[in-house]
Amino acid sequence: MSAASSASTTNARATFGLAALGWSILGLVAVTLPLYASGYHLFQFSQVLIYAVALVGLNLLTGFNGQISLGHGAFFAIGGYGTAILVAKFGLPYWAAIPLASAVCFGAGFLFGFPALRLGGLYLALATFALAVAAPQMLSYKGFDAFTGGAQGLQVAKPHAPFGLPLSVDQWLYVVCLASAAVLALVALNLIHGRVGRALIAIRDHPIAAETMGVNAALYKTTCFGVSAMYAGVAGGLSAIVVGFVSPDSFGLYLSLAFLVGVVVGGLASVGGMIFGALFIEFVPNYADQLSVYFGEGAKALPGAIYGVLLILIMAAAPSGVAGLLQALARRLTGARRA
Amino acid sequence: MVEFLHQLASGLALGGIYAIMALALVMIYQATQLVNFAQGEMAMFSTYFAWYLIDSGEPYWFAFVATALASFAGGLAIERVVVRPFARAPILASVIVFIGLSFIFNSLAGWLYGYSIQSFDSPFPSKPLLGNVYMSAHESGAILVTFVVLALVYGFFRFTPLGLALRAAAQNPVSSRLVGIRVGWMLAIGWGLAAAIGAVAGMMAAPIVYLDPNMMGGILLYAFAGAVLGGIDNPWGAVVGGFVVGVMENIVGAYVVGAEVKLSVALVVIVGVLVIKPSGLFGRPIVARV
Repeated sequence: MSAASSASTTNARATFGLAALGWSILGLVAVTLPLYASGYHLFQFSQVLIYAVALVGLNLLTGFNGQISLGHGAFFAIGGYGTAILVAKFGLPYWAAIPLASAVCFGAGFLFGFPALRLGGLYLALATFALAVAAPQMLSYKGFDAFTGGAQGLQVAKPHAPFGLPLSVDQWLYVVCLASAAVLALVALNLIHGRVGRALIAIRDHPIAAETMGVNAALYKTTCFGVSAMYAGVAGGLSAIVVGFVSPDSFGLYLSLAFLVGVVVGGLASVGGMIFGALFIEFVPNYADQLSVYFGEGAKALPGAIYGVLLILIMAAAPSGVAGLLQALARRLTGARRA
Repeated sequence: MVEFLHQLASGLALGGIYAIMALALVMIYQATQLVNFAQGEMAMFSTYFAWYLIDSGEPYWFAFVATALASFAGGLAIERVVVRPFARAPILASVIVFIGLSFIFNSLAGWLYGYSIQSFDSPFPSKPLLGNVYMSAHESGAILVTFVVLALVYGFFRFTPLGLALRAAAQNPVSSRLVGIRVGWMLAIGWGLAAAIGAVAGMMAAPIVYLDPNMMGGILLYAFAGAVLGGIDNPWGAVVGGFVVGVMENIVGAYVVGAEVKLSVALVVIVGVLVIKPSGLFGRPIVARV
């Protein structure tokens, strides 16, 4: 008995070691990327990191707290537009504009979380769906033209590296995105693995039992919505300075649904898996575009088809997404049993 | 005043389309307590099918009936093949599957029929019907079709044994099974009916909003708003809600916020109703057993 249990501990340790090795390699690649990747590729990987931040935020809400949001593109938009307006119209530096815009997102998310409290899972999905569909129209509203640039959108100057660092604009933006993503992922991990995370998961799995245990469900749910929206806001702000441009059409329903796809592919209720979800939603449309040589105009339909089929297949066969598959693989390799 | 009546009339015509979409949503909701986020894309796909039939020379009403029947079969098949395996899964899984379905139909339509916007002819004459000066013929025709659909649905559920079985299966699946109703098939038939009704909504909407793979996005949103306003568990409430939202959208769009932000009307309606009276105007209050 004791031999068996000690063997399984060693195996669990080996699994942990394998995961640590995997993450170290990934981290090393991420840190050294600016040394050998071209400007355009760096731009793409900056996008990946931005998506990863948004996905971690959405997963805090949907994966860990069980609140379905189909409208995180709208909070991404608030972060993006907020940053763009503060930089372009008020002359704030980007490092001040992004936190300010994200704070606004936190407020917006917190406020949206209030009606969300009274809404069961399905109603919240409906309300956020409405938010996602209506967002582009509201952004191009004529009354705000002076700030938002209306349907034309708004240009943002890309920042240069500070302190005379020998980095190109793309390299510097990549570094900013990488640092933000790393910090925000660590914050999320800390949240999840502590008291707050246990409360969020308890509310998801059994709301009544959680309240009986003294968890203030209303406060946790609204705050979780706020934090989740804040993550989306940071991602939107980073996206505004990386792309150098915001326009209403880039924040439509498609973006919100792509976030959901990323979370499901990466793995519901996983923080690390979001990097895979982000890689997926960044590169699948890209590669599909390259296939237009073979498919002609039909290639435009390819990403949507892949998204749709994968969403259903993953829900049917591997509900924990890439993160779950990798964990299963690591366990298989080291012979550890399921925890 | 004339302008106002015009807006009111076209609001009623659109409202009829939202009303039957909302009815389709409510039918699935009553049976499964789920909202089908793919309803709009399914209706869009059916509408393309009708367009294809008309384009290859079939008469309009033949295409209309054929599309409704094909959509019924399609909806039935989707329930049996795709939706059924998730019957016991959490809500989140079902919502994700519906989003997956809507991605699939959207791309399928784009791939088969292209992404360019097509015009879709109305079956009704270009002259206004019955000397009605406030409505185009298509608008009057769409309202007429709405009422025919509503009458058929009412008659079906009220007077046929199959309709009774469907209602029984939705209200009390366990007892229904005990008296010999095939509850699983009833759910599938419900999906088929919802798909057919959605197809009619799509065919009535296409001459107004034109045909493209994203045509139903806004319509589905207004249908959601209508269903929530009327009470998502009450079919007639949803129908009334659909008409109210159609009129409200047009009037508010024309006189208050401007047509280019009309979609936010639906957002305000949905959030407003859910905050003030989550059960809607005619729905039963939601009671959860602890």
